[in-house]
Amino acid sequence: MFGLNKRDTGLIAIVTVLVILAPFILNPFPEGSAMAQFNAGYPDLMQRFVIFGIFAIGFNLLFGLTGYLSFGHAAFLGVGSYGAIWMLKLFSLNVIPSIIMGVIVAGIFALAVGFVSLRRSGIYFSILTLAFAQMSYALAYSVLTPITGGETGLQIKSTDSPLLSNLEPGEIGRASLFGLDMRSSFEIEMGDWLFTFNTGYYLAGIVMILAFYLAIRITRSPFGMMLRAIKSNQQRLNYTGLNARPYTLAVFVISGMYAGLAGGLMVAMDTQVGPERMFWTASGEVVLMTILGGAGTLIGPVLGAGFIKYMENIISKINKGILEQWFAFMPDGIEDLLITLVYPFVGKGWHLTLGLMFMAVVIFLPGGLVEGGQRIGRVFRRRDRKSEHAEADAAKQRNTPAE
Amino acid sequence: MGILEVKNVGKRFGGLQALNDVNLSVAENSVHAIIGPNGAGKSTLLNCFVGKLIPDTGSVMFDGQSVLGRKPYEINQMGISRVFQTPEIFADLTVMENMMIPCFAKRDGAFRMHAIESIPNEKDIIAKAEHMLEDMNLSDHRDMHAASMSRGDKRRLEIAMCLAQDPRLLLLDEPTAGMARADTNNTIDLLKRIKDERDITIAIIEHDMHVVFSLAERITVLAQGTPLVEDTPDNIKGHPKVREAYLGETQTAA
Ligand SMILES: Nc1ncnc2c1ncn2[C@@H]1O[C@H](COP(=O)(O)OP(=O)(O)O)[C@@H](O)[C@H]1O
Ligand SMILES: [Mg+2]
Repeated sequence: MFGLNKRDTGLIAIVTVLVILAPFILNPFPEGSAMAQFNAGYPDLMQRFVIFGIFAIGFNLLFGLTGYLSFGHAAFLGVGSYGAIWMLKLFSLNVIPSIIMGVIVAGIFALAVGFVSLRRSGIYFSILTLAFAQMSYALAYSVLTPITGGETGLQIKSTDSPLLSNLEPGEIGRASLFGLDMRSSFEIEMGDWLFTFNTGYYLAGIVMILAFYLAIRITRSPFGMMLRAIKSNQQRLNYTGLNARPYTLAVFVISGMYAGLAGGLMVAMDTQVGPERMFWTASGEVVLMTILGGAGTLIGPVLGAGFIKYMENIISKINKGILEQWFAFMPDGIEDLLITLVYPFVGKGWHLTLGLMFMAVVIFLPGGLVEGGQRIGRVFRRRDRKSEHAEADAAKQRNTPAE
Repeated sequence: MGILEVKNVGKRFGGLQALNDVNLSVAENSVHAIIGPNGAGKSTLLNCFVGKLIPDTGSVMFDGQSVLGRKPYEINQMGISRVFQTPEIFADLTVMENMMIPCFAKRDGAFRMHAIESIPNEKDIIAKAEHMLEDMNLSDHRDMHAASMSRGDKRRLEIAMCLAQDPRLLLLDEPTAGMARADTNNTIDLLKRIKDERDITIAIIEHDMHVVFSLAERITVLAQGTPLVEDTPDNIKGHPKVREAYLGETQTAA
């Protein structure tokens, strides 16, 4: 369907269902219960899941297919965000032109960075992209303050009066989609459960599904095959009459545009930007997401992004008080011991948990979470086959007359 | 005028004069062998033809056009394909994908942004790639990863990939090195068939004299970076200088 084979159609169908039902799926625990801590179905976090999903899908097109490891991708996200917020401030409060501007600006910037960085490969390429990103960060902080707002960044102010909107004097504009406020939510109460359906989330979710679909098409195209060939043996590619440079540059720009799309959506959700969005740790994070989920796989980056954002937002909020609550039923001595043992891994220590899990994945599951899933799947299938064999054997025995 | 004209080519690596005043003319639609002891500069010479190396002096003309200063992919698009001493294939791709890539390169040139098209719709490419696999007896491996094939199959795949581009000049660097006798004979038969079926010029570097004398119409003997003689196989066999420098090494020693 839509030019996809059966398996890919299935994959995108699953992703679509998950995105639509996320407010339910991510809120499995009733409000006020001890486990409500683990609910992730609130708009802020759900938006982050899908937006970072887009960022990681785009990063994976470059890294997963060609093997070129960019260490400066957050710069494109940041530049896209700046482009998007200026559209909101000056042109229209409608998020569509703003997001499009984010994509365009990031694409142009990626063209320039890629043109220079792709002259080298391997570690030198990574370092060049890192250098560009850190330069952008430093510039956004200092010289470019008139455009970037420096340290405080940019947000929509009461003095902004976009060309295409008729705000009252002093009114602070709100980002919207043809009048639908991005921040508006619709809540359903069902017994002890509270589900929130947020406009911004659903916009970002639909965009992610489209971005995912496009990524599948690119991966399965002749262009995608050339990119995998570049990763596999660039020498053979050159001696087969193909010029690797425009291929890598094209995917670098596409990947930068995905980052710009993510940056534009971020602005559409919270109408603010700061330079920290371009800091090198943000570039490192998307690398982690992609590898953790499974570089080169289709769904991996989305899983990785969801996983890391969940850790960052949920595990990091667990504090001593919550631990005490959990372990209260234990005898005092054991309770204290457990709290002491668990505490370094939660709250501010969530990075430690993430680091350990990342190491475990890289060492034991080089294909990331996707490989983990496949292995589990294979175990089940083998068990199925075994029981089939057993049945078949039994059937055979039944058919062979007893001696 | 040959299809490949090499004039006064010299190449120096530090203190080593790897090629010295090499002149060579490869006639169109012939099989031309370049032989010589290890380190004679045979691979270096081939590298100068395909843009991997640029000679210090001299000229290399293919079909009347200079190849010097052009990128490897440009030289390939001019009609020169090369098989390497150790098979160079796309190890992580399937055999079929390996076969399709040169077909795309032939049809679409050095770059085309076909990012939304779907591979199953590329009927002409698929037909051509499948035909080549069939022709080379590789159809059984169609959906295998190329990395998991035997060395002999990898070599055949590499040759098939080069042929899929319908090159005018095919360069082979020791295609039978490290092969068992049976595989070597299969390769000889394959190359003979290619030569009979196509309008193609083949330049082959080879160590194995059996291969050389079964295929070549002309032979150039290279020693220490300089051509010693160039002649027909029969004359080369009896040539005193050649016997001395190369073929007769063992006899002289005895
Ligand atoms: N890239 C290089 N740098 C330095 N020396 C080289 C290089 N390539 C080849 N040589 C040297 O040039 C000489 C010829 O090598 P080569 O052309 O590979 O010989 P062969 O005839 O065995 O193929 C050898 O002595 C080799 O060590
Ligand atoms: Mg050699």
